[in-house]
Amino acid sequence: MGRKLDPTKKEKRGPGRKTRKQKGAETELAKFLPSAGDENGKRLSSRARKRAAKRRSDSVGAPEKKKLSPSPKPLTKGAIQSSQKKGPQAPGLKIGNEALFGPARGKKRPAPPHSSDEEEDSEGNDARSEGDDWASMESEDDMVDDYGVASEEETDEDDELLPIEKAAQKQRAQEAETLDQWSSEDTDEEEEELSSQPTSKNDEANGDLQINVEKDEKFVLPTGKEIEQENILLGQILEGGAPDLQSVHQRIQDIVGVLRDFGSQREEGRSRTEYLSRLRKDLATYYSYGDFLIGKIMDIFPLSELVEFLEANEVPRPITLRTNTLKTRRRDLAQALINRGVNLDPLGKWSKTGLVVYDSSVPIGATPEYLAGHYILQGASSMLPVIALAPQEHERILDMCCAPGGKTSYIAQLMKNTGVILANDANAERLKSVVGNLHRLGVTNTIISHDDGRHFPKVVGGFDRVLLDAPCSGTGVISKDPSVKTNKDDKDIKRCAHIQKELLLSAIDSVNAASKTGGYIVYCTCSITVEENEWVVEYALKKRNVRLVPTGLDFGQEGFTHFRERRFHPTLRSTRRFYPHTHNMDGFFIAKFKKFSNAIPQSKKSDAAANPEDSMDSRLGDGPSVANVQVVPRPKVSPKSAKKPKQAGKAKFAKLDTGKAKFVRLGTGKTKAKLGAAGKEKARQQQQRPPPKKAGFQNGKPVHKGPRSPTARTSSSSQPPPRKKQKSRS
Amino acid sequence: MRPLTEEETRTLFQKLSKYIGENIQLLVDRPDGTYCFRLHKDRVYYVSEKILKLAVNISRENLVSLGTCFGKFTKTQKFRLHITALDYLAPYAKHKVWVKPGAEQSFLYGNHVLKSGLGRITENTNQYQGLVVYSMADVPLGFGVAAKSTQDCRKVDPMSIVVFHQADIGEYVRHEDTLI
Repeated sequence: MGRKLDPTKKEKRGPGRKTRKQKGAETELAKFLPSAGDENGKRLSSRARKRAAKRRSDSVGAPEKKKLSPSPKPLTKGAIQSSQKKGPQAPGLKIGNEALFGPARGKKRPAPPHSSDEEEDSEGNDARSEGDDWASMESEDDMVDDYGVASEEETDEDDELLPIEKAAQKQRAQEAETLDQWSSEDTDEEEEELSSQPTSKNDEANGDLQINVEKDEKFVLPTGKEIEQENILLGQILEGGAPDLQSVHQRIQDIVGVLRDFGSQREEGRSRTEYLSRLRKDLATYYSYGDFLIGKIMDIFPLSELVEFLEANEVPRPITLRTNTLKTRRRDLAQALINRGVNLDPLGKWSKTGLVVYDSSVPIGATPEYLAGHYILQGASSMLPVIALAPQEHERILDMCCAPGGKTSYIAQLMKNTGVILANDANAERLKSVVGNLHRLGVTNTIISHDDGRHFPKVVGGFDRVLLDAPCSGTGVISKDPSVKTNKDDKDIKRCAHIQKELLLSAIDSVNAASKTGGYIVYCTCSITVEENEWVVEYALKKRNVRLVPTGLDFGQEGFTHFRERRFHPTLRSTRRFYPHTHNMDGFFIAKFKKFSNAIPQSKKSDAAANPEDSMDSRLGDGPSVANVQVVPRPKVSPKSAKKPKQAGKAKFAKLDTGKAKFVRLGTGKTKAKLGAAGKEKARQQQQRPPPKKAGFQNGKPVHKGPRSPTARTSSSSQPPPRKKQKSRS
Repeated sequence: MRPLTEEETRTLFQKLSKYIGENIQLLVDRPDGTYCFRLHKDRVYYVSEKILKLAVNISRENLVSLGTCFGKFTKTQKFRLHITALDYLAPYAKHKVWVKPGAEQSFLYGNHVLKSGLGRITENTNQYQGLVVYSMADVPLGFGVAAKSTQDCRKVDPMSIVVFHQADIGEYVRHEDTLI
């Protein structure tokens, strides 16, 4: 039991270089590695570990103090015993004094003992367990600061209390102890009490502590002005610098949470539109969207999907490829690629030729299998329109916007290189890739042309099926091209929609409805906006003799039959929409039409469809009411105009007769048909009129024609105009 | 688009026979219909007649390609065979060459085949004979011309060229622009 001092193992102390020298692995590690059972398996910070290590190394002194305590312990159950305390008292006091200098290290350690006698026992107990602590702290007294707190406080695990707060806590605890002396029997109990006190104090006290109050506090919606002020305060000006994305993200989540349960979570006096407009601005900021597009997206998606969609647009879709069955089988290709080091899987049960690539050690677009034409890289959503088109062998197919050739080659492989495919594109640059791809994949039944799709039935028509992958705004493939977020606005969408409508009408006209195996048109876009999808389809349904049929795809969301204030035909339910966040493929829209008649509905001056379309039952209602309106204000004109053809010369009569005959035929033949109101009214009138007229005519003397004949002639020449006027009115 | 003239047909068939010999007849009379060659913008296209019927409706400036392009005629009326003809010539090739896996990548980059990369070669190959180059997995890689006859190939040192590169499937990626 000599002095610890061993000259060979003398520890260097102080600020010099020799103290900073490392002492060897065992001694160093002993400080950091927790010995078993020492710390109850708790995870400690670096500082705590160092302290624990020091404690262990200094624990030679501690057992001495511990030995003193057991004897007085059984007697100290709340009793004040001064005599026996002398043993522990002296060290207790000493420790207590030291403890006053030592800091209150958070909740784990109860407040240091008060110097009063009455508290000696419990405090002694406390002090005992903490004797080590204080002893260790004694060695650190060079680091104690004014508040009695070591300057190198650990703040990560415990409360983030300022030093003065900790000292205040200490004091409060001590005062509390004086009051609670009798109730505190065990050290544990006291420790708990004392440890609970700091937390309750925290709850009451200060706002700058970060506490989880989600349940208690409601989200306060800042006004636009408040946010600007906040940003300026933080030294960021909205125009120049970047707003704090973290807070914006948090606010987005908060607003979504409020809107989800608006009745209970709302702030009084704030309307839903305010929340929505705030959300809109925040989403635009956080995800870098232009205002127009974020508005469109908010219209289409419900709140629950909105953020998911935006998040999905930030991440690229997985790489997928399609096996070229003209040259290989999916099994063999998968094997060959796996041998090269590609990690892949079949795409899904809806595709027999698709593979999805997870990762690859070789460039997937340059393997010898790729060069030999065994597969082509193609997005999963691009395979769907061809599956919907279902081309048969020996058919004639038109692909109006074929670049870069993925869909064309899929059509060719489904047809097994039979029949003929006409692949057209308006962009000469992109046609090069079409040529390359088709040759590489061994497609031999294709003619590639460079023409505007709208020229089509004139150049060549009579196809069995047509695929139209229309140029669009690209709002479904934002993950591939983020510039779409900001550079699309209303003009672009409208322009796209206009071109799409024209292309779709041309496509419909290029199909031969009498084809034995075909007569189908598939229209698809890689956009999610309603203007380019459902509107265009609705337009085609009105303008041509087509109807929608099921696409044959059993997954995907149904197209909209109503959107905001617009109502679409109910068959639009058979169209399909695909989204990146639900199907993990690019945003897509697919519609399949069947053409049932080659006749193009006549649209005269006003573009009103005047021919029957069997499917359009919804238009029946228009006829009668409008006809009535028409009849009343012009009772004179209509009889005249109806009579005129009788009076006019044979030639005119003949000419007009055919026109009238058409209407009469329509009127008699198809009463349920969708007619423009004018057509219907005409038919009805002329059904009524001709018999008496004819009778009158046959007599040779029309009833009231005499004086009117000159006027009749003049007005007869003007007859077409009144007719047209009536039509246009309807 | 017009049919080939006599001269052009002769030049074309001469070139093709270098690779496939007399099998040219098989190219024309196929069981699934008659195929023919057409010339459009100096390029020779191999199409079946059914496709041809539809293609005549498209005007010259709008027509880009039809069927399979075999190659093009240069300004001096020589015929240059393109890689796009590989699918038709490979099954009928008379003389073939197989390259080792290591040399495969090199050939796909446009280099000639060295003796060290030579796997197999058909017997009785004359010098400057047209060849179809295969990989060891029997995947056609391109066209070449024998630099040495088969006997000479056995004798030469490993670093000498045995097959001159003419066309390879790597061109689909390297020379995408010139295909059209």
